Amino acid sequence: MRYLPLTPADRAEMLGVIGAATVDDLFSDVPAEVRLSGPIAGLPNHASEMAVERHMSALAAKNISAGSAPFFLGAGAYRHHIPASVDHLIQRGEFLTAYTPYQPEIAQGTLQVLFEFQTQVARLFGVDVANASMYDGSTACWEAIAMAARVTKRGKAVLSGGLHPHYVACVETMARFTGDAIDARAPKLDAAPDDAEVIAAIDKDTACAVVQYPDILGRIPDLAAISAAAQAAGALLVVVVTEPVALGLLEAPGHLGADIVVGEGQSLGVGLQFGGPYLGLFGCREKYVRQMPGRLCGETVDADGRRGFVLTLSTREQHIRREKATSNICTNSGLCALAFSIHMSLLGGEGLARLAAVNHGRAQVVAARLAKVPGVSVLNDAYFNEFTVVLPGDAREVVRALADRQVLGGVSLGRLYPGVDALHSGLLVTATETTTDEDIEALAAALSEVLEGVPA
Amino acid sequence: MSRYFSEEHEWIEVDGDVGTVGITDYAQGQLGDITFVELPGVGQAVAKGDSVSVVDSVKAASDVYSPVSGEVTDVNAALGDAPELVNSDAETGGWLFRVKLSDAGELGSLMDAAAYEKYVEGL
Repeated sequence: MRYLPLTPADRAEMLGVIGAATVDDLFSDVPAEVRLSGPIAGLPNHASEMAVERHMSALAAKNISAGSAPFFLGAGAYRHHIPASVDHLIQRGEFLTAYTPYQPEIAQGTLQVLFEFQTQVARLFGVDVANASMYDGSTACWEAIAMAARVTKRGKAVLSGGLHPHYVACVETMARFTGDAIDARAPKLDAAPDDAEVIAAIDKDTACAVVQYPDILGRIPDLAAISAAAQAAGALLVVVVTEPVALGLLEAPGHLGADIVVGEGQSLGVGLQFGGPYLGLFGCREKYVRQMPGRLCGETVDADGRRGFVLTLSTREQHIRREKATSNICTNSGLCALAFSIHMSLLGGEGLARLAAVNHGRAQVVAARLAKVPGVSVLNDAYFNEFTVVLPGDAREVVRALADRQVLGGVSLGRLYPGVDALHSGLLVTATETTTDEDIEALAAALSEVLEGVPA
Repeated sequence: MSRYFSEEHEWIEVDGDVGTVGITDYAQGQLGDITFVELPGVGQAVAKGDSVSVVDSVKAASDVYSPVSGEVTDVNAALGDAPELVNSDAETGGWLFRVKLSDAGELGSLMDAAAYEKYVEGL
């Protein structure tokens, strides 16, 4: 591709054609207060590449990375051990360079991978069908709400207070433009999830109830009870899973009455990756498949009766049906889906169950140990690998003090819910198979020290 | 009993104040093999020109527009298991839904069979 720079006259002509006075007019949708009004203040003068590398390395060395210290963070992104073979396999050129196949049938390898991925997700979630993946958990959550509105022809979603606040924010952002009503509950520092509140809010205008399982505080909602209430009102139950490893121990949402199950697949195969790219999982009952967003890969036979794979129901996708498509997603997270699928294949059903048992076992050890720290109480009476502890003060301050002691102790609720005083003493603590006994002792010791106010 | 046609290739057969609606034989031929028909709800209020149904074929998913205003009184449940009826029998057994007309005057803006045939020839 040739690069042809523009002259000021070219720019003026182009602006004239589209009716803008200046290039800045094209950014008028961006609020003025977040736009840069001039050069960034305080930037040093240019420097040599070597000097910049040295400077940046020094800055990076100030970070404590997940693998370099005792690490108890979760809240929707989980540190698991990913077998080296996953990264090795996904770097094969056939996989790494493949993009959305718009002549899909010539990409049988890509389609077969997606088909296997869908099968795994459908089994994991306990649903009839799963799509070839979405962008991430939060966007999949929104898509589920939009889909429930299409299915029920109703426009209100009732959100549990246990739904991840970032997911709620994503949903509210989208709903501002679609006009869907979002009825979100506030989270509370209770041992029990807010099932009763969700059930009480479901009415004849409700398209769906949205419940996270396990929820943001690590609690396990009673999906069957919420499903029964939703069904009675003609609403759907959307279940959100941010930690798919949990389904190695917990009953699959689809077996408990969920109509649509979505989630974040990052735990398996993908890694933390500074927050992305991640992997949206999406499945539902077969009767709703035509309202399901995204792409769907199917197995069929060719003219000679040989097994082959196709993209099916593509007529509902944006590249064909334009503004009437089921969704504006017209791709999938192919490489992350592949990583998930390889990790899942290496584990197998039994391996996943064992991995889940190890995760839960590690979390139990952490919870028991932290409960012995003076001033600390464990909120949950049930959890998978993540639970909430209540501290005698502001958990954000405690987390900072722990980091000063080289321990990444958890995610404070003050960070997730800024300004919500009722939650500021809450700390989310996660353990996985990567958590060692030494990590646990380091956390307990540092926490005791911080809470006693002993200077470091 | 009389039959009218729309420029969007719907036909409507009017009997008293109820019209039976489907897509024309020309339309099914253009769409190719029909794989699924999404029908409106019985009791649903429709306005002339509203998209009220979707016909999926191997090539496209196409909206079906109501040629008249009124209320849906019935849908062709047979299409659930046999959407291909729209291919084989578009203008009789492959009907989609029935509407109780709220304004019979709207029929005046539709074509008769001869006019529709001419309209198709011009496409």
